[in-house]
Amino acid sequence: MIAAGEPAPDFTLRNQDGEKVSLSDYRGRRVMLVFYPLDFSPVCSDQLSVYQEVKPQIAERGVELVGISVDHPYAHRAFREKLGIDTTLLADFEPKGEVARAYGAYIETVGHANRSLVLIDAEGAVEWVHESPTPLEIPGANLIFDALDA
Amino acid sequence: MRGEGETSIVYADLGCPHCASAWEEIARRPARLVFRHFPVASKHPRSPALHAAAEAAGLQGRFFELVDSLYAERGRVDDPHLWARAERLGLDLERFEADRRSESVAARVRRDFESGIRAGVTGTPALFPGRAVS
Repeated sequence: MIAAGEPAPDFTLRNQDGEKVSLSDYRGRRVMLVFYPLDFSPVCSDQLSVYQEVKPQIAERGVELVGISVDHPYAHRAFREKLGIDTTLLADFEPKGEVARAYGAYIETVGHANRSLVLIDAEGAVEWVHESPTPLEIPGANLIFDALDA
Repeated sequence: MRGEGETSIVYADLGCPHCASAWEEIARRPARLVFRHFPVASKHPRSPALHAAAEAAGLQGRFFELVDSLYAERGRVDDPHLWARAERLGLDLERFEADRRSESVAARVRRDFESGIRAGVTGTPALFPGRAVS
């Protein structure tokens, strides 16, 4: 897993609407990358639903949450609609998992990312990282606030 | 709070089917049960209204009765159904209506939710047995 202090690898992925989004688009702002396994899985649904509830408090701290999984933009769009969330979801779809690999968050044996959080500062450096012990374990939003308020 | 014995805290969502199916077992634990609101509105859009209704019922001493009712019959949770439940519980309907829409009730629900976030709750029901109540 990438470590705090390292430069965050830049990337360009499509969002739920098929639009290209680059990490460099966020330069000048802090962004929290939320790597998660799969759209529509029960655990990922719980995680993104709870994060949605605290998005305003996270935004107050000047941070945007961005979800990343190996799913296609069409799946992301349907997943957002199902959950009623408005978090930007990026498709690490083709080449599959390339961005998750660059951040050390990809699990080769299962073909998707581990549940990982990466806070990137305004200059594009990794500020904080959390990797779940297993994909079944959701990082509580308390960890996000602890990192942002540190 | 309801019951006697060791204190257990449960964070629950009144719109959550998992909470409903687990509620009977949670409620019959030999413990003093502290209910904390954890409505996840994006997942269960009706939840905030249900939690506000439960809190309003609590202001008339019937909190757990309404919670039991909501979990026992999940399909009828629109406003007219809430009024009918409130009437069955003998609540002052006018006061119930005012309370469930009040800022203080919304703040109480929000306070519980935020305490759950601080405690690391990521899904419901989340049971913390044997905890001191703060």
